[in-house]
Amino acid sequence: MKKHRTSPTTDSRYKPARPFNADEFGRVRRILGGKVLFVQGDAAVAYGALLAGCRFFAGYPITPATETSEILSQLMPRVGGVCIQMEDEIASVGAIIGASRAGVKSMTATSGPGFSLMQENIGYAAMTETPCVIVDVQRSGPSTGQPTEGAQGDIMQAKWGSHGDYELIALSPSTVQECLDLTIEAFNLSETYGIPVILLTDGIIGHMREKVVLPEFEEIELTWRREPTKPKEEFQPFLVDSTKIPEMAIFGTGYHTYITGLTHSETGYPATDSQVDHHRLVQRLCDKIRDNRDRIVQVERDYSDGDKDTIGIVSYGVTSRSVNSAVKMLRQDGLKIDHLRLVTNWPFPEKEVAELSERANRIVVPELNLGQVYHGVREAVAGRSEVIPLWKTGGEMHVPHDIVELVKGGVK
Amino acid sequence: MKTEMRFVAFGGQGIVLAGVMMGEAAIADGKNAVQSQSYGPESRGGAAKSEVIISNEKIDYPMVVQADCLVALSQPGYDKYADEIKPGGTIIVDQDLVDAGQPPEGCAFYSLPFARTADRLGNSIVTNVVVLGSVCSITRVVTRENLAAAVKSNVPSKFAELNLQAFSEGYRIGQEALSGKTAGNK
Amino acid sequence: MFRKAKHIREKYLEENMWPSIFCQACGIGTVLSCALRAIDKAKLDIDQTIFVSGIGCSSRLPGYINADGLHTTHGRAITFATGIKLARPELKIIVFTGDGDLAGIGGNHFIHAARRNIDMTVICVNNYNYGMTGSQLSPTTPIGGVATTSPYGNIESPFDLSALAIGAGAPYVAKWATIYPHETMLAIKDGIDKEGFAFIEILTPCPVGYGRRNKLKQGKDYLLWFKKNSIARSRYEKLSDEEKRSCDKIVIGKLNDLEKPEFTREWSRLVDQHFVE
Repeated sequence: MKKHRTSPTTDSRYKPARPFNADEFGRVRRILGGKVLFVQGDAAVAYGALLAGCRFFAGYPITPATETSEILSQLMPRVGGVCIQMEDEIASVGAIIGASRAGVKSMTATSGPGFSLMQENIGYAAMTETPCVIVDVQRSGPSTGQPTEGAQGDIMQAKWGSHGDYELIALSPSTVQECLDLTIEAFNLSETYGIPVILLTDGIIGHMREKVVLPEFEEIELTWRREPTKPKEEFQPFLVDSTKIPEMAIFGTGYHTYITGLTHSETGYPATDSQVDHHRLVQRLCDKIRDNRDRIVQVERDYSDGDKDTIGIVSYGVTSRSVNSAVKMLRQDGLKIDHLRLVTNWPFPEKEVAELSERANRIVVPELNLGQVYHGVREAVAGRSEVIPLWKTGGEMHVPHDIVELVKGGVK
Repeated sequence: MKTEMRFVAFGGQGIVLAGVMMGEAAIADGKNAVQSQSYGPESRGGAAKSEVIISNEKIDYPMVVQADCLVALSQPGYDKYADEIKPGGTIIVDQDLVDAGQPPEGCAFYSLPFARTADRLGNSIVTNVVVLGSVCSITRVVTRENLAAAVKSNVPSKFAELNLQAFSEGYRIGQEALSGKTAGNK
Repeated sequence: MFRKAKHIREKYLEENMWPSIFCQACGIGTVLSCALRAIDKAKLDIDQTIFVSGIGCSSRLPGYINADGLHTTHGRAITFATGIKLARPELKIIVFTGDGDLAGIGGNHFIHAARRNIDMTVICVNNYNYGMTGSQLSPTTPIGGVATTSPYGNIESPFDLSALAIGAGAPYVAKWATIYPHETMLAIKDGIDKEGFAFIEILTPCPVGYGRRNKLKQGKDYLLWFKKNSIARSRYEKLSDEEKRSCDKIVIGKLNDLEKPEFTREWSRLVDQHFVE
């Protein structure tokens, strides 16, 4: 009567959870073809994910992020992974969290409207300390806004989008090469710290094509969550050592872990009526990132000679490209310019901005929104320098000349 | 050395792909390149623009400020961008699709039979590749070998021969125009 | 029988979680018992069985089972289950959900999972209201039903969850009530054995929430109500067309059992076609 059931994958190459090694990396490199490619930012993200060992992608079509889904729907079967189009972005994040807990590196990609829907389960990933990567190819909002245009309007949402107290990491690539490199970095950070990591690209860089040089296996470091070091009987899923980062038992390995979005004790079971348990939990969720901020935060400094009376510019993402051009023009005119590029948006590079304010009398903050990183800069500067915003919306980048004019206009 | 190129046309004329092929050829030549595009919400018929910047140096600002070369396959595209050409720049248009009137002063101007040549080869779909052939011989921004290779790798293999033929024709038309046989302000 | 109960308790229950959060005469305990007996009967490897749930009373069930459990966000359990199953197709997935979780906030995920036909067993505790938040109107509250957000009686047509599942393409659908624990257990086992999306709807008493507002204060009131208002599918099938049209009873039993291509099997076929060695 009962049919003999076999797993459909017993004899199949469909094995997303297979160990990732040099052979698997080599397979991806062979599939991608040449060492040097000319591709869009959205494609570079997809390639970076595959090279990092991502074998599960769930997404929902949205401009300007769809290319990542399209490419991975083509490539995932070729590497034995999964790419599934879910019914919405809420489902996409649910699915990648499920896949991650089952032991597969997982990712989704979206744009503003989808990113808004994702916030619910991003909070769940933060609370349950589940590694996953969420790519937000930012476009102009609010609401449906300008679907085909780029923007930098989701910086605050990336950090504060879900309710309650938690920390996560957000990165801003400014070149197509960085779309690939920082996707790999996003996986490493999410695995190291057990958190969702947000990659904040935008419609401009997502659709722009540039040269990308693919890394060799030996050139990159790939991290994987710490799996249980204790026997099953002694293991508690949220008991931590001094790193404050729990070990993660993968579903199906016999550890019988219970994972909930409710406030939980070290055992993983609900402890919703304990003020002590709740405080200890959310404090740790924040501390595991805050304690490691020096290891996490990446910036790029292009500073002038000398150490005072400079003009600072703080930029991130695609806007840094306009600033790079502007800095060259301004230096040709003899101005002392310090350019601080934030590769990490969250945790906010407060210390680095504060250091800049020791050198710069004025700090210009160009961004494709009406004031987001500006607030973080003002907080870090704490009145030591004048902070001047240069906001732009509507889909086009700052023209370098606009930045030059603003900077020069302030020089008396 | 940095060259900023702008291709304008109606959506569906293949200029986004033309820009991509230029960029790929530049990369193969060992240079840096950035390609970007803009088009209306519809993928066919609206205004389309494809920009390519090719440079020996790192490319910072990735958009075209003032084009060294404008390639126009549509009248609205030409009308919008012709006056923004860099002094001494190059304008290349399709002779049947664009009525240039009085082209901007001081630029090299070429009005060439791209669509007509593609039709003669039997398929108007290769118009963009005829254009690339001429752009290659007139501007010499990228090498002929690498641009032909980029064309080949971006078209279905059963159309490779047709496209390479279109490229060669375009190249020849450009060469002749350059030597003054067919070009010139009208 | 007692030995059996002890065996089930020792083998599957999480000892640290008792007493449970459930109210007196709540039917969810019966659902858990049926599910565990079905799992035992189906000889599932508990180490390879993952319990997933959303939010609500029924969604607390995985916490009482000594196994891997994922207690997720409201309505989204099936999306997480999808990720687990596709990442490790060899695992068995049991989803516990309720009428509000599944068909209210999670309705879209429910119909799409049924359509995709991913192998999992979804056990829905249908108690006609949002029990945990204090008995609010749910998508299955009958017309006239009194809930704290329909104090004058419900005027909305309720969902027939099993019909919804069948309409969305679920290959295995059964509807039972906790007053028929043996049949419920067998239906869950059938669902587990089914390769594909199996949906088991279980009509469950909620005397403290929905019941006391709707003349169903005691467990036995529910028992009588279920008996009076339900008809076995086998009996229903024998009715004439006219009798069927005038029959307003809930049809219970196995309601759908089809063979359909299952997602992970299809995906493995696709991978084997395109895999690059």
